[in-house]
Amino acid sequence: MTDLGFQLKGSVVTTILLEIQTLSLDSIVAQLREKIEQVPHFFNQAPIIIDLSKLEQDLPLDAFDTLIVSLADLGLGVIGWRCDQENKPTWFSQARIPMLPASKARPILIPEAKPKETSPDVVVKTVVEERLVPQATKVITKPIRSGQQVYAEGDLIILTQVSAGAEVLADGNIHVYGALRGRALAGAKGDTQARIFCKSLEAELVSIAGNFMLSDALRKIIWKEPAQVVLIDDSLDITPL
Amino acid sequence: MAKIIVVTSGKGGVGKTTSSAAIGTGIALKGHKTVIIDFDVGLRNLDLIMGCERRVVYDFVNVINKEATLSQALIKDKRTKDLFILPASQTRDKDALTIEGVQAVLDELSKEFEYIICDSPAGIEKGAQMALYFADAAIVVTNPEVSSVRDSDRILGILQSKSRRAEEGKEPIEEHLLLTRYHPERVAIGEMLSVSDVEDILAIPLLGVIPESEAVLKASNQGTPVILDQESEAGLAYTDAVDRLMGEERPLRFLEIQKKGFFKRLLGG
Repeated sequence: MTDLGFQLKGSVVTTILLEIQTLSLDSIVAQLREKIEQVPHFFNQAPIIIDLSKLEQDLPLDAFDTLIVSLADLGLGVIGWRCDQENKPTWFSQARIPMLPASKARPILIPEAKPKETSPDVVVKTVVEERLVPQATKVITKPIRSGQQVYAEGDLIILTQVSAGAEVLADGNIHVYGALRGRALAGAKGDTQARIFCKSLEAELVSIAGNFMLSDALRKIIWKEPAQVVLIDDSLDITPL
Repeated sequence: MAKIIVVTSGKGGVGKTTSSAAIGTGIALKGHKTVIIDFDVGLRNLDLIMGCERRVVYDFVNVINKEATLSQALIKDKRTKDLFILPASQTRDKDALTIEGVQAVLDELSKEFEYIICDSPAGIEKGAQMALYFADAAIVVTNPEVSSVRDSDRILGILQSKSRRAEEGKEPIEEHLLLTRYHPERVAIGEMLSVSDVEDILAIPLLGVIPESEAVLKASNQGTPVILDQESEAGLAYTDAVDRLMGEERPLRFLEIQKKGFFKRLLGG
């Protein structure tokens, strides 16, 4: 039991990145409004990050503040901003919203009602940042019995045995700190980097990203010994631990 | 509150009813008021093993359906004080058992008895699930051969996922392994799994090992629980198992191949 009434956790969310490329902010806001009117549901209450790294001139702090207010009027919630780390504006420590570290982003396709002409000097580009969200690890402390099936979206750690006739699946890695006698399928959604580790390899079947091996084949390599299963060039490699 | 113990296995013919009769009798012999319930509706056997088949008038299903009271259906054992049997119905099937009905009977028995032994039918379907649903402890009867061990493993999974204790998130059912029909000679030549093989696969504490014995068949045919035959190894092994169930320490015996005695060798026996 804990005395705390809250819990602090890390989380990764997908947001819209607004790359500012010119200083004509009024024009940007106008164009953005037009875009939002075409697909209002896409931007509704959307969290947004202002990115100044593509801006070659310096943006004054009051202009930046005005931009935040204008974006709020459009229904966008500015949650932070970022800029080129070597080319920070002089006021970077005074900004009212958090400054975020730079990272890679890729352009995404926005559902567009119909393409409209944009003036060449003002370009608004929306970039959505997407990262692989790490899934929580599942830890099992009781034996997995024949006929039982356990699936983890992340890694799966089993502190005891997996009986013959049982099946364990994970999108990530599988660790078995006991005998692995049933079936183990790691990288169930196609992650070829996933691995299987076990204290005693006696499995009916091991599989990584759909590439599998049966017990007859395993017996010839490692049997009833600690082992790991790795996928190398579409074939399973069984090595002692 | 009574302690509810299910005797189960998954596989049929491994010795569930023999073990239920022996262990129920053993507990009653220690002075605890005990009832053994036959959950094998449609394949009634416990009454035969207990030698009370001619005294069955009402059964478990009659009580569930309120066609008879518990006191009408309970059969008092003639040999062992403090021991009662609740026979199964031979003319009905497992669908006659309902969670509410079984619970009502167990609740009523709990007021009067210290131990309730539920003799489970084979399989993992309704009858077996009803027998284990309310259990506090389970005795998993296993023969030293691969299919029996596999089925016991399956039933252990069901004990930990489909019992009331599991569903209500309470302390899990206490598990005991009872290895029956053990044949040390066949283990030695690799025809049978050894005690340690089975323990390794099932990973639950060992309650006892009952050696294969002619006394078991003889006792069944006579309608006497084998535990009452204190001349036989099986009877003694069951007594040890009951002692362990009650928390006493008993060394395992009858696991070694019996050497011929000096006189037997001398006389060429």
